[in-house]
Amino acid sequence: MTHHIPVVEQILSANDRIADENRNRLDAAGVFALNFMASPGAGKTSLIEQTVRKLAGELRIGVVEGDIATSLDAERAAAAGAVSVQINTGGNCHLDAVMLSQALPQIALDKIDLLIVENVGNLVCPANFDLGTHRSVLVASIPEGDDKPYKYPGMYRGVNTLVINKIDLLPYVPFNMDFFQRGVETLNPGLKTFALSCRTGEGLDAWLDWIKAEIKAYRKI
Amino acid sequence: MHELSVTQSILDIAVRHAEAARATQITHLYLVVGQLSSIIDDSVQFYWDIISKGTLAEGATLHFRRVKAELRCTHCDHQYSLEDALDFACPVCGSQTTQFISGDQFYVEAIDIESTEETYDTSHSRCGTNLKRE
Repeated sequence: MTHHIPVVEQILSANDRIADENRNRLDAAGVFALNFMASPGAGKTSLIEQTVRKLAGELRIGVVEGDIATSLDAERAAAAGAVSVQINTGGNCHLDAVMLSQALPQIALDKIDLLIVENVGNLVCPANFDLGTHRSVLVASIPEGDDKPYKYPGMYRGVNTLVINKIDLLPYVPFNMDFFQRGVETLNPGLKTFALSCRTGEGLDAWLDWIKAEIKAYRKI
Repeated sequence: MHELSVTQSILDIAVRHAEAARATQITHLYLVVGQLSSIIDDSVQFYWDIISKGTLAEGATLHFRRVKAELRCTHCDHQYSLEDALDFACPVCGSQTTQFISGDQFYVEAIDIESTEETYDTSHSRCGTNLKRE
């Protein structure tokens, strides 16, 4: 006999379940976690370095670095003063919840306040894989061009915070901010956005204030 | 690399539901993929042919139902499908203040199975535990 069986099950539900477990582990330790996503070269690691340096003395920060190969980024984060762990995905184009669950035991969660996970540089798939972090942050940058929300709608829809990095390059690069922000607003209305430059430090304070406010609100829950 | 883990998830879901229904074979899978989902059918098919071997789903046909992303104009409330990836504007009033209301779908909608049982009792299936988020 042939039967037609309705299923209606999310294909990434297994990942989502493990992401929930990660979130529970972080919550049990009272650690607020951010997932940084971006294309290669947008400035994820630079933003981590700046964040770690500027918040030193106020917050204890751990960093999980996801890359296809090398531990260069973990070394940069450690040099800035963070407790860092490198995950090499061995070719995988994104981090998933299982990879983070394997990295978490390598970090003393009771000794940090904030965990930043730097995803693999890629605008296609990382947004589809919840890791169990509390906020997902997309780091865009001016030299990438203003058409990225239109070309990578899934990524712009899948995050809840946006950083526009390298605004010091605006005078030198054709970048229509209205066109860019219109695309963002359609895909992700009201998306929390910070425009800044990791190189000059412009706009960084608002970003750092936001992190501190988020952690304060998180601890009240 | 992305599609390998995705294809494994599809296989796991199909086999779990098929076993719950005491299937002897899975013959068809019906997948729903939104326009904003970054999944390549051919790549999933490629991995499927490899990893479904030796399972209940070996030889099953994958059916991809692509659904267009839908937008709603926040100005005139007109609802429409995304036609031009670089133009989100409302085709009726021209407003640029529009919002996506769907397009991220990515789920297994149904499977066809062969079973020795005459009728299919829905209580066998554990579907409904993961309702689609749209």
